[in-house]
Amino acid sequence: MTEPSYLRDTVLPQLPPPLVDRGIIKWIRENLFSGVLNTFLTLAGLAAVWWLLAASLPWFLHGVWDANSLGECRSIIAAEFGEGAQGACWAMLRERWHQFIFGFYPPEAYWRVGLAFVLLFVALAPVLFTEVPRLLLWGTVIYPALGYWLLWGGSIWGPVVAMAGFGLLALVFKLLRPLLGVPVAGGLGFVAAVLWWLFAQGPVAGLLAGVMPVGLVPVESDRFGGFLLSIVIGVTSIAASLPLGILLALGRRSDMFLVKTLSVAFIEFIRGVPLITMLFTASLLLQYFLPPGTSFDLILRVDILVTIFAAAYLAEVVRGGMAALPRGQYEAADALGLDYWSAERLIILPQALKISIPSIVSTFISLFKDTTLVSFVGLLDPLKGISTIVRADMAWKGVYWEPYLFVGAVFFVLCFSMSRYSMYLERKLKTDHK
Amino acid sequence: MAETARDPGKMQVSDEVAIQITAMNKWYGTFHVLRDINMTVRRGERIVICGPSGSGKSTLIRCINRLEEHQTGQIVVDGTELTSDLKNIDKVRSEVGMVFQHFNLFPHLTILENLTLAPIWVRKTPKKEAEEVAMHYLRKVKIPEQAAKYPGQLSGGQQQRVAIARSLCMKPRIMLFDEPTSALDPEMIKEVLDTMIELAQEGMTMLCVTHEMGFAQAVANRVIFMDQGQIVEQNEPREFFNNPKSERTKLFLSQILGH
Ligand SMILES: Nc1ncnc2c1ncn2[C@@H]1O[C@H](COP(=O)(O)OP(=O)(O)OP(=O)(O)O)[C@@H](O)[C@H]1O
Ligand SMILES: [Mg+2]
Repeated sequence: MTEPSYLRDTVLPQLPPPLVDRGIIKWIRENLFSGVLNTFLTLAGLAAVWWLLAASLPWFLHGVWDANSLGECRSIIAAEFGEGAQGACWAMLRERWHQFIFGFYPPEAYWRVGLAFVLLFVALAPVLFTEVPRLLLWGTVIYPALGYWLLWGGSIWGPVVAMAGFGLLALVFKLLRPLLGVPVAGGLGFVAAVLWWLFAQGPVAGLLAGVMPVGLVPVESDRFGGFLLSIVIGVTSIAASLPLGILLALGRRSDMFLVKTLSVAFIEFIRGVPLITMLFTASLLLQYFLPPGTSFDLILRVDILVTIFAAAYLAEVVRGGMAALPRGQYEAADALGLDYWSAERLIILPQALKISIPSIVSTFISLFKDTTLVSFVGLLDPLKGISTIVRADMAWKGVYWEPYLFVGAVFFVLCFSMSRYSMYLERKLKTDHK
Repeated sequence: MAETARDPGKMQVSDEVAIQITAMNKWYGTFHVLRDINMTVRRGERIVICGPSGSGKSTLIRCINRLEEHQTGQIVVDGTELTSDLKNIDKVRSEVGMVFQHFNLFPHLTILENLTLAPIWVRKTPKKEAEEVAMHYLRKVKIPEQAAKYPGQLSGGQQQRVAIARSLCMKPRIMLFDEPTSALDPEMIKEVLDTMIELAQEGMTMLCVTHEMGFAQAVANRVIFMDQGQIVEQNEPREFFNNPKSERTKLFLSQILGH
């Protein structure tokens, strides 16, 4: 049997879809009430939302902002909404918010923290958004010294001379790389910088301070607390752990036995140890390894160990991204004559990091939340450290939900921003057009 | 393709040696993948390598730019011997272009960036100049209008022509092709082959692993047949196709010519 021959000679016009297939009604029907089970789940969900709101909304709505103690809060609520009514006592925040933000940082120097925070965004902008003029990257380069100086105060020459150590590293690296290759030049640069910090830092900074004394009132590390502390530790260890993690990932994939073994040992050891242990190491053990008489700031020590901790995780995340690239990418880079470091920097890492963005940002988010664990070594994190102090005050004894809700809300805003940024970045870097 | 085909004999081959392979052997573990390879490629020669799957064709041409390492024997490319000396390897790689079966373009870079990357970072060419060279070769492979797109937005045939242009931007003296058309749909094969034919007519030294026998007849001045890691037979194309000597060659030709 043969099909009758057929030839279309007119083009059918485009028709609008039938009415039921459009709009909100269709969406509701398809997504919420498409079957018995779905209908049941929708109703159960609505009931749960209703129950939650019924339980908590009055508490929020009865909130009191203007009072001097928890007792006063309670009597205001009782007077306004009747005996037995529950309500939030936000007055506590109104009186103590500065401790949640700054810890025991001297109030007359709050502007320094504020300025450092604003400048942080200026420094981050060219890193986060390529539309920002590249010239601003110089601001990013000097920000660590500037931020440190604003927060801790003291002579400006300390941070400047410390930055000069990094300048020295870069210079040695740039001069020696054509002769000795990346690893040796980098290593020598690092040695030069360490020597600079050990032997030149003190005298040079002292000399410059003598010639031109510029400084701010110093603030001791034990005055830091609250979100100031979380953000200082979070931002520095995020910024430092990514490059370190990338180096570890490269090390783990290296052909050189020693480099590979050391990287694997480092990553596996650090990942096998709880963060709390690392923090105790920072606060107690590290002192034993350092030459006697050196006093090494606790925040700095914690920072270093948190960085190392995050770097071990990032190394594995980045390595996963590298492993996901087809072998052809390496071969094409080799065939074009690119050397190892150029190939990694120009071909492999941009793609590997792009693949790993969601996991990298997850690691950053969990790192940032983990900064609250520093309360275990006596630092005043916002969640436990500051909340405990506030609740120990006679006036606010018994305040329970409010500090945690506030701290939780701030953490949520910060972490959610990171998450949104990661999604933005993924969309922007999408070039595969799948 | 017939119109572009010329008599391959007319194209210039000089006496200068471009690639010299002597008594070369390679093993993958205990598997002897290349056995006693001897061959001389002169400047301007267009050599087609064919043979059954697994016969070591890819491995052979990948040894020439040291994507694979040989264990014994000698490979000398443009006067530079390939040893574990990284300087020599980089020198050879920047003189030898390679085109892969799966293009291997860099998906995170635009077409123009794909083309200028190696000139800028390996040859240290100023960006502006590298871009001019890149546009020149994009015009040559007839897709200058795609310069700002990403590889993922191009058809397979276009991607392979970009890959050829990317190699040419390094001004190589030798080009290696590893089955450049076997990942392509039939209607795209011609556009890639035309590009390669044009390149051959300009006197490029080419080693090409391919089963496109039309291409071999049009431009090759020598066809090499490999089987089980050895060079079994080599001859100029007309003799090779019309009058194969070895039984294995006859069997292979009857299979791929298929009728
Ligand atoms: N990395 C490797 N490790 C071990 N064996 C390999 C490896 N690469 C290739 N081989 C083996 O070496 C032999 C030759 O491989 P090669 O890729 O050179 O063949 P080919 O002639 O290019 O085949 P095809 O036409 O399928 O591309 C095959 O038997 C293959 O299985
Ligand atoms: Mg092959």
